[in-house]
Amino acid sequence: MLAFILRRLAQAVIVMLAVAFIAFMLFQYVGDPVTNLLGQDATPQQRLQLRADLGLDQPFPVQFARFVVNAVQGEFGLSLRQGRKVSALIVERLPAPLELASCAGVIALGLGIPMGVFAALRRGTFLSQAMMTLSLLGVSLPTFLIGILLILLFAVTLKWLPSFGRGEVVALGSWTTGLLTVDGWKHLILPAVTLALFQLALILRLVRSEMLEVLRSDYIRFARARGLPDRIVYFGHALKNTLVPVMTITGLQLGSLIAFAIITEQVFQWPGMGLLFIQAVTFADVPVMAAYLCLISLIFVAINLVVDLLYFAVDPRLRIERAAGAH
Amino acid sequence: MNFRLPLLAAALALACGASNAVTLRVANVGDVQSMDPHSLNETLQLSFTASIYEGLVTRAKDMALAPALATKWTQTSPTVWRFDLRKGVKFHDGTPFTADDVLFTFKRAAADGSDMKGYVAPIKDVRKVNDFTIDIETTMPFPILPDTLTTLGMMSEKWCVENKAERPVDRRKGIENTASFKANGTGPFRLKERQPGTRTVIVRNFNYWDKVESNVDEVVFTPIGNDATRVAALLSGEIDVMEPVPLQDIDRIKASGAFNVLQGPELRTIFLGMDQKRDELLSSSVKGKNPFKDKRVRQAFYQAIDIDAIKSRVMRNAAAPTALMVGPGVRGFMPDMNKRLPYDPEAAKKLLADAGYPNGFEVGMNCPNDRYVNDGPICQAVAANLARIGVKVNLQTETKVSYFPKILSRNTSFYLLGWTPSTVDSHDALLNLMATPTDKGQGQFNLGAYSNPKLDELTQKIQVETDDPKRNAMLREAFKLHQDDIGHIPLHQQALAWSSSKKVSLVQLPSNYMFFKWVVVK
Repeated sequence: MLAFILRRLAQAVIVMLAVAFIAFMLFQYVGDPVTNLLGQDATPQQRLQLRADLGLDQPFPVQFARFVVNAVQGEFGLSLRQGRKVSALIVERLPAPLELASCAGVIALGLGIPMGVFAALRRGTFLSQAMMTLSLLGVSLPTFLIGILLILLFAVTLKWLPSFGRGEVVALGSWTTGLLTVDGWKHLILPAVTLALFQLALILRLVRSEMLEVLRSDYIRFARARGLPDRIVYFGHALKNTLVPVMTITGLQLGSLIAFAIITEQVFQWPGMGLLFIQAVTFADVPVMAAYLCLISLIFVAINLVVDLLYFAVDPRLRIERAAGAH
Repeated sequence: MNFRLPLLAAALALACGASNAVTLRVANVGDVQSMDPHSLNETLQLSFTASIYEGLVTRAKDMALAPALATKWTQTSPTVWRFDLRKGVKFHDGTPFTADDVLFTFKRAAADGSDMKGYVAPIKDVRKVNDFTIDIETTMPFPILPDTLTTLGMMSEKWCVENKAERPVDRRKGIENTASFKANGTGPFRLKERQPGTRTVIVRNFNYWDKVESNVDEVVFTPIGNDATRVAALLSGEIDVMEPVPLQDIDRIKASGAFNVLQGPELRTIFLGMDQKRDELLSSSVKGKNPFKDKRVRQAFYQAIDIDAIKSRVMRNAAAPTALMVGPGVRGFMPDMNKRLPYDPEAAKKLLADAGYPNGFEVGMNCPNDRYVNDGPICQAVAANLARIGVKVNLQTETKVSYFPKILSRNTSFYLLGWTPSTVDSHDALLNLMATPTDKGQGQFNLGAYSNPKLDELTQKIQVETDDPKRNAMLREAFKLHQDDIGHIPLHQQALAWSSSKKVSLVQLPSNYMFFKWVVVK
């Protein structure tokens, strides 16, 4: 177990370095922050001077080495756009996307798994057909369209829910949360639903097909033959065995909920990290982009590690293999 | 359910203390980058901080100069301006405003990290005569000095020293600066809350030295980047004012009946430039010579462009076609000279043939796609127009982040640019866009290196001419030279578009400044 974790950690470091390198390579071609920084009235000498001051004139390996050394210490320098510490910006922005992602995750899992089970067990009924059709929409409609449609319906036409922002937040130390105010919850609903819809549809379809697969297998037939009640057969035996692939997908999707909620954040002006990243890209704000990419890869690596560990918990075969060396 | 939520909202509003405080909720496509009035020379930044920090002089509703922290200014010699400062003004923290703060501000604006250096560059020395009088000496006669000082916010020396904000934040040194997120000015509003990228709240300063027309107690500023969301937020009543209005939504917002759309020409002029320096263009089918050196070719391009179609189709009428490189509202704008050469593709074809290109030629064109209103589509329209006279344009549109470094290093044959004279004076356009480029900063944005020595000479003279009629006559002459040469092809002034609930009355300046002191909510 320990060796396994250590091996995964070593892999993680290599992944992180590769990401840092690729990110940094990209930045060489992203554009020139100097023009944005100095504005229209600067002289060419001022431009050259700034480029030198920022270290942009040094050779690539030197720039990269300096970047890695600082990054390990959590230091990404100052945002070129905002003139504030990148680490502070990220810490400030972390609560919003995490709350959004976890709410979306809860919606997706909390509805997706039961609906998937239902669609598998009651195959062919009108309700499960309707669910499958809707889930197809959920998978195929682009997020921004769903977001805009929800805004149009619930904010502009019905005026029930707000269309943008996080609303009223409460600060708990450095963590700001919108979960403690009614206003915060109201602001959370539309973006969370928008973000969850695709995941929900995906999980629903995945659970359904896995469930159908498992229900055909021998041990389910034996369980039935033993006269176990349906509830235990379905939820105790069948569902548990559908969960391994679901976990893999959910883990990866949770990562992308945090990292790639960019479109949802943009549509709802949710002050998350995706928005920070987009703003950074349009300004060629290299430090912010670098920090963002490294942080996201860290999140993915961490989630994958957790998922791998969860396999041990869910799938007893893995543990037995290790202990006995044979099945 | 559909009756409960409004009820709940009403109950909440009551619970939150439905006092009579008037709140104005404003959304913009971008955020104010910093609260420091010297950190960024950008319209939104300066417009917002102008409600907190005031300059010595300001602009009235008609863009005329108006007294602010200075009550009077006179030129005591060609190179010296004397400013009488307003007495009895206090900063938001209670510190009185004196000449020392003015001296400090000029020093700060010239320091490393300041983006306002350009405004103080012509200044040689700022001297204190007494607590409420200062003299500003310029390196050469500078008749428009007060015009250049309207955007320079005065800061408190005491406050800056106490908060270690004596200099604007310097991104190169990597040290944060209190002035980026706190503020202490003399303006009609003071900063209450600052959450970058989320919301910024300013409240009325009731100790303000002047009467304020506005009845607004609190302004909540929110950036909403997505156009559709910004419009939705306005329509659903979550915000009162928004800017800019996406052109395609103007009719819809007007049709709803509850909102005003304010449109007016901006000071920025959009124009096309052509490389007139190289002996062979960087990207063209013509080898061994530069077709743009021939005035007939430039004129053919000019007359081939269907500016009315660009105005009505691309800009949805939110543009004012122009024949000059400066727009109405800029000092020195000549309304009678604002007549474009007629759109005439036949004449253009003939001009091309006369110049030796009866079958046209190929040329590359560079264009940004996220800097000006519909900049990409404008270039596409121009390319389509030119195709009709046989010129094949290889158009490259790209994001401003990669576009500007390219064209600023003059790696272009044919490009689109927009320019707002930061001094609101024509001389700025002459100096930056039309004068022959030199290594001293002149013609720095004359990217095609158009050159006319007579115009250069006039530019120098205009800079130091203090007599208005003489100065205007020289401006007129310079504009005429540039028009006759077809040094650039001016296109239009794009329109500003703000929208607000009908309850709100706003004053829109062509400089795109939104002064909250003029906002009244019914």
